[in-house]
Amino acid sequence: MASAATAHSHDHEHHDESSLRVFGFWIFLITDLILFAVLFATYVVLQGRYNGGPTEAELFSVPIFVTSTFILLTSSFTSGLAILQLQKGKVKSTVVWLLITVLLGIAFVGLEIEEFMTMVHEGATISTSAFLSAFFVLVGTHGLHVSVGIIWMTSAAIQLARHGINDVTTRKVNIVGIYWHFLDVVWIFIFTVVYLMGVM
Amino acid sequence: MKEQNSTHHLSAKPYIIGFIYSLILTIIPLVLVFNEMLDKVALIVSILLIACVQFLVQIYYFMHLKENENRFYIILTLAFGIVVVVTVVGGSAWVMNF
Repeated sequence: MASAATAHSHDHEHHDESSLRVFGFWIFLITDLILFAVLFATYVVLQGRYNGGPTEAELFSVPIFVTSTFILLTSSFTSGLAILQLQKGKVKSTVVWLLITVLLGIAFVGLEIEEFMTMVHEGATISTSAFLSAFFVLVGTHGLHVSVGIIWMTSAAIQLARHGINDVTTRKVNIVGIYWHFLDVVWIFIFTVVYLMGVM
Repeated sequence: MKEQNSTHHLSAKPYIIGFIYSLILTIIPLVLVFNEMLDKVALIVSILLIACVQFLVQIYYFMHLKENENRFYIILTLAFGIVVVVTVVGGSAWVMNF
């Protein structure tokens, strides 16, 4: 009886701690959100300061940014499916969905690198105008976050494949899942404020 | 007890619904922008509102807030974050009008 009670309270402590760590991660996400807020504010202020350089309408390719957006939305969905498989206790399909998400992330970053390269070849570099400085820093910071997410999610998938589902791997996969949805949320605003407002 | 807790969210349905909503909420602003049906201010306001709805969809369907025991504190932190974002971005945009 006594041992059962201790086991239960021990279990409960584990659960509490895991929940607390997820909360800690949310606090990090909010500070990251504030970082993006500052970059958005800079962009909004400097937008339209072309210094004789190219404008948004001349630079942005509609098919490319629309494709990027759908790729990232789909990856947000597949990372959600990975969490679902994790909750069902299926290691293999969790790893598969995580890797599909990673591949979509790589496609997204690849498109972004190509977009940046094309711009630079056309003479639109980070030092061309205030608008382009703000653009490259804002969109580049997001791309960097996705790149970090790719490495992070791959590591979480490897760890899950090696150690199976336990408290630690469950928590790690859950947290990287939340991070991935956060990247999608930030992109939605880049899509709206930078790209859609740029081409309208 | 553990199984009782975890059975209600083991369906792919909320994820599929969330995904469909997020696709619709991406297509609507594209249609609005490229069909030029609205004047500029109305267009900016509507695509920003749609982005906010999209944000709520991601939080509600994908980010597992309901399952966390600290959800109240998470929502409180999130609310604080949104206040900062709106103040910093909105304030910067507004002050440039003068």
